[in-house]
Amino acid sequence: MKIKGKVWKFGKNIDTDVIIPARYLNTSDPAELAKHCMEDADPDFSKKIKPGDIIVAGKNFGCGSSREHAPIALKAAGIGCVIAPSFARIFYRNAFNMGLPIFECDETVDALGEGDEVAVDADTGEIRDLTTGDVFMAQPIPPFMQELISDGGLIPHVLKSL
Amino acid sequence: MTIAEKILAAHAGLDSVEPGQLVEVDVDFALGNDITAPIAIKIFRQAGVNTVFDREKIALVSDHFVPNKDIMSAEQARLLREFAAEQGIVHHYDGGESGVEHVLLPEKGLVLPGDVVIGADSHTCTYGALGTFATGVGSTDLAATMMTGKIWFKVPESIKFVYKGKLRPWVGGKDLILYTIGDIGVDGALYMAMEFTGPVIDSMSMAGRFTMSNMAIEAGGKVGLVNPDDTTSDYVTDRAVRDFTLYRSDEDARYAKVIEYDCTEIEPQVACPHLPENTKGISEVENVPLDQVVIGSCTNGRLEDLALAADVISGRRVSKGLRLIVLPTTPTVYIQALEKGFLTTFLNAGAVIGPPTCGPCLGGHMGVLAKGERALATTNRNFVGRMGHPESEVYLANPAIAAASAVLGRIGSPEEL
Repeated sequence: MKIKGKVWKFGKNIDTDVIIPARYLNTSDPAELAKHCMEDADPDFSKKIKPGDIIVAGKNFGCGSSREHAPIALKAAGIGCVIAPSFARIFYRNAFNMGLPIFECDETVDALGEGDEVAVDADTGEIRDLTTGDVFMAQPIPPFMQELISDGGLIPHVLKSL
Repeated sequence: MTIAEKILAAHAGLDSVEPGQLVEVDVDFALGNDITAPIAIKIFRQAGVNTVFDREKIALVSDHFVPNKDIMSAEQARLLREFAAEQGIVHHYDGGESGVEHVLLPEKGLVLPGDVVIGADSHTCTYGALGTFATGVGSTDLAATMMTGKIWFKVPESIKFVYKGKLRPWVGGKDLILYTIGDIGVDGALYMAMEFTGPVIDSMSMAGRFTMSNMAIEAGGKVGLVNPDDTTSDYVTDRAVRDFTLYRSDEDARYAKVIEYDCTEIEPQVACPHLPENTKGISEVENVPLDQVVIGSCTNGRLEDLALAADVISGRRVSKGLRLIVLPTTPTVYIQALEKGFLTTFLNAGAVIGPPTCGPCLGGHMGVLAKGERALATTNRNFVGRMGHPESEVYLANPAIAAASAVLGRIGSPEEL
């Protein structure tokens, strides 16, 4: 699995109220949630991004609520993956369950620049900054988890095998 | 073993477990609310499973956006109602029977010491105060548990917190947990079990313990546990709907870290915008004028919290131009607060009394903030836009500080009244 897109940078402790504010939780429709993704940090975020774009953030990404609406909104908005030094534990599990790839890497938050073109290879964990030529390594995503992501998340993955 | 390890081992059918080990465990109780359960229900139906694993071991609680705040919220609450009827879910709470889930379920004796409880709500960790391995999960995990009655976990490492010394006036569970989060940070216990111990916890009421366990997630914790004792037994014995087991950590249990605090040095705490770790002692908070004060939530909306606030505000008036909103968290808390005269005290002071709902805590309804407004709340999160407009601000504190601040019109202590 390969992901390629432009980098959008955010700070540390990006919480679920920033990813999708609670005022929009009166629906679980992915397209509707996508419109408001990251809105309180950047009101035009969902309009500016292109499919495959990558969020690079500081530690503890996704802290706060257990709302699965957060990875749903990111994925529906077109985010290809999120790279951060660490993820809050409920978000970590929800992201894979929703089919949103995430990578843990300490260096990228400082090293990658806003707007850089970046290519991520889930097989090897390689994160290549195509703008600067720099290369960083994250844990690869094992084949069964890549299949789960390709299937669209845990439930479609499980239903396929039943 | 620690209490966390003992509970997981028992539910995995193993003699012992170690941190890092992956285990599949039986779930004693699972819950979802009007925001998270709709997704779980849709997944459940999509999966084509006919019946839930146990209709007595699932709670569906409409508490976040009820009484229905708009048409779409009404549809979500209806979906819970329909699914509960279709499946014969015994513990579906709605209308006048509902309350804030994390106060309501312990009050009804549905979540018990020694249980494994999962909830599609991050503050499910509240029940750790009873010696319950309780943690928040996403809606997909809830759906899977509704089908199978099981869930997998990685056994967490534990951090032991030891609270010693004597509590100062106006200091309670809220202040100790805010102080702890301020010390270790919002990811200081990421993926880990927090265990609250020491003489101060031993003599703390259940209400104070619930408040502490409730905010374990605000330090990234998986669970926030208290070793059950006589206080626990006194609370659960008459309520319990099932048998329960009191697990306690062994003397020689292994911890990733042990952190000791001398509570004699801890004054009432205030978490400043926009993270629960931005804590200060009340004496260090400078002049912060307020537009709104909220007393309620799964963190601090129990009878004891309302009693404390009523005691502070009795015979006084809310500052001109400030809105004080009080939300008793369950029908029982509401009736008791009414009978004890607390609600009259609040009304005489100029407060608005709302129904049992999560409402304003997450900027849902019943007290949303306008641009540039500032609130102090007894709730658990002060993230950007948490209670309304992205340019509003939230400060977190205990109910006594909240009541005093409502009178003063700025953040302050009962000592200043």
